Amino acid sequence: MTEIWRGFIKAIELIVSLDAEVLEIAGRTLRISLTSTLLASIICIPLGSLIHFRNFFGKRMLINIIQTLFSIPTVIVGLFVFVLFSRAGVLGDLGLMFTPTTMVIAQVILISPILIGLTISAFSAIDKAIVDTAISLGANGFQTALVVLRESRYAILSAVIMGFGRAISELGAAMMVGGNIRGFTRIITTAISLETAKGQLELSIALGMILLSLALVINIILNRLQQR
Amino acid sequence: MSFIQVVGLNHSYGERIILEDINLKIHEGSTFALIGPTGAGKTTLLRLIGLLEKLGSGKIYYNGTDVTKSNDLRLKVRRRIAFVLQKPQVFNLSVYDNVACGLRWRGVKKGKIDEKVHHILEMVGLESYKKKNARTLSGGEAQRVALARAMVVEPEVLLLDEPTANLDPNTAAKVEQLISYVVEQNHTTIIMSTHDMSQGQQLADRIGVIINGKIVQVGDAKQIFRLPEHKEVANFVGMQNMIGGRVCQNSKGVAVVDIGNSLIETVSDSPVGQEVYVGIRPEDITIALSNHKSSARNCFFGKVSQVTSQGPVSQVEVDCGFLLVALVTNLSLEDLDLRIGKEVYASFKATRVHLIKRR
Ligand SMILES: Nc1ncnc2c1ncn2[C@@H]1O[C@H](COP(=O)(O)OP(=O)(O)OP(=O)(O)O)[C@@H](O)[C@H]1O
Ligand SMILES: [Mg+2]
Repeated sequence: MTEIWRGFIKAIELIVSLDAEVLEIAGRTLRISLTSTLLASIICIPLGSLIHFRNFFGKRMLINIIQTLFSIPTVIVGLFVFVLFSRAGVLGDLGLMFTPTTMVIAQVILISPILIGLTISAFSAIDKAIVDTAISLGANGFQTALVVLRESRYAILSAVIMGFGRAISELGAAMMVGGNIRGFTRIITTAISLETAKGQLELSIALGMILLSLALVINIILNRLQQR
Repeated sequence: MSFIQVVGLNHSYGERIILEDINLKIHEGSTFALIGPTGAGKTTLLRLIGLLEKLGSGKIYYNGTDVTKSNDLRLKVRRRIAFVLQKPQVFNLSVYDNVACGLRWRGVKKGKIDEKVHHILEMVGLESYKKKNARTLSGGEAQRVALARAMVVEPEVLLLDEPTANLDPNTAAKVEQLISYVVEQNHTTIIMSTHDMSQGQQLADRIGVIINGKIVQVGDAKQIFRLPEHKEVANFVGMQNMIGGRVCQNSKGVAVVDIGNSLIETVSDSPVGQEVYVGIRPEDITIALSNHKSSARNCFFGKVSQVTSQGPVSQVEVDCGFLLVALVTNLSLEDLDLRIGKEVYASFKATRVHLIKRR
């Protein structure tokens, strides 16, 4: 018990004193997750609107599959990206294994279903009459899509933040394709996992507290948005 | 060719036929009202004319061009039309941005947009609301935003689906004034739908009655209300007395109709033998306790069989061997002491009887 208590005190010291390693890891974590969320948003929001606005064979099925993938295990995404980028893999020649780039790719794949799925539900929640109104006032197809996007802006933003939350808190994929290389691919979750295994609780607890505060901030923003 | 012409239009949702063989001609700068009972297909027809939906079959011409085919053409024509939906939806934006939408989509310059939006907001009396989020407005205010939003693009054609259905009488009157003003100012062609017969009468040059997906009669207000051509139209415009019979005599334009147990005289040139409905508006029937003073050609003795209050007037049903419904002011109701079983004379002039051919 005293050991944990000591770890806790030490952790607060690390944070308050702006410990270089803690800052470095936290900074990289944010960088990687923000990049993947941004990329995923750029890909998934248009893709989600395309799926919503187009009618095609198997649309219902596709949406079902996307929703199922909301909870895809992170290690499966890790395994998939590993197979793709490892020396013997299809994209092995790029030499991207164990770099932040592959971590970003893994996170993009991980959160894409959430972003696409929630974009589609955000659009579905918009009344058909809004679309009619836009068309009746002379909007073309693209302008109509923008209206729907604008009307669902808070729901879409919530989706993006949910995606960010899942990206920043996942461990499996980051460990498998990033490799937890100190000063290069080490992020909060992989660091906690390793340090805890080594018995160095203070760094783990400090990083854990940072991750929790991030989660708290995310939740507060989400709640605010959903009240709109 | 008329400005807007609908030819042989049919439309169904799934298996259900909603509109059948619709043909309409609407002149430039005129106001056309579609009236008809709920579910008749008014909204559907407006949506098709407004190019919000693709029609089943038939053609719609604007200025002589068939606009049902190409998508590019549809957009181009749509931008000359503005449509105020039956249940108007405002965007989750400020009142100003709501009204500016249509102009922005048409690529109008910023300064010009500002000028027009201010002008129209002043006209609908919402100038002080321009920064407010439109979602927080009351129903009537939202309706005015919807109208302003449609009118600001100065459309050649304005489609209004029951523009005053959700408004109180005062606000409705204001909206009606606004509509008349727009027609005068911009020479806009208006097609509107309404339940409200007096609104149709007031605003429209021509009225089309749509019943069960078919246009059954088109004409000016007098023709529709006084001279309905079908039993359904007569019924819808409040000609409550509809009695089946056949013309048994006609001399010099005065026809006598045999309705089985009585004869009704009317001014009509219907030939002898013609099967007809005799239509009489309830407000054209007078109820009296004696038949001395009446100069009316038709006077029948009967007993009151029902009295229903309708605000300032009451509807009195008299059984004269056939049923007649009359409207009586509450004052005369008291004076005459009309109760069920009371013996009265119901009379109406031959000129107030309208014959509809039975087919
Ligand atoms: N999208 C749709 N799918 C299936 N049926 C529809 C659809 N829209 C309308 N209908 C049906 O078509 C018929 C005509 O509807 P419409 O809304 O045109 O009537 P309306 O004359 O405007 O009635 P109201 O006066 O109540 O507005 C109704 O029976 C309605 O149920
Ligand atoms: Mg309607």
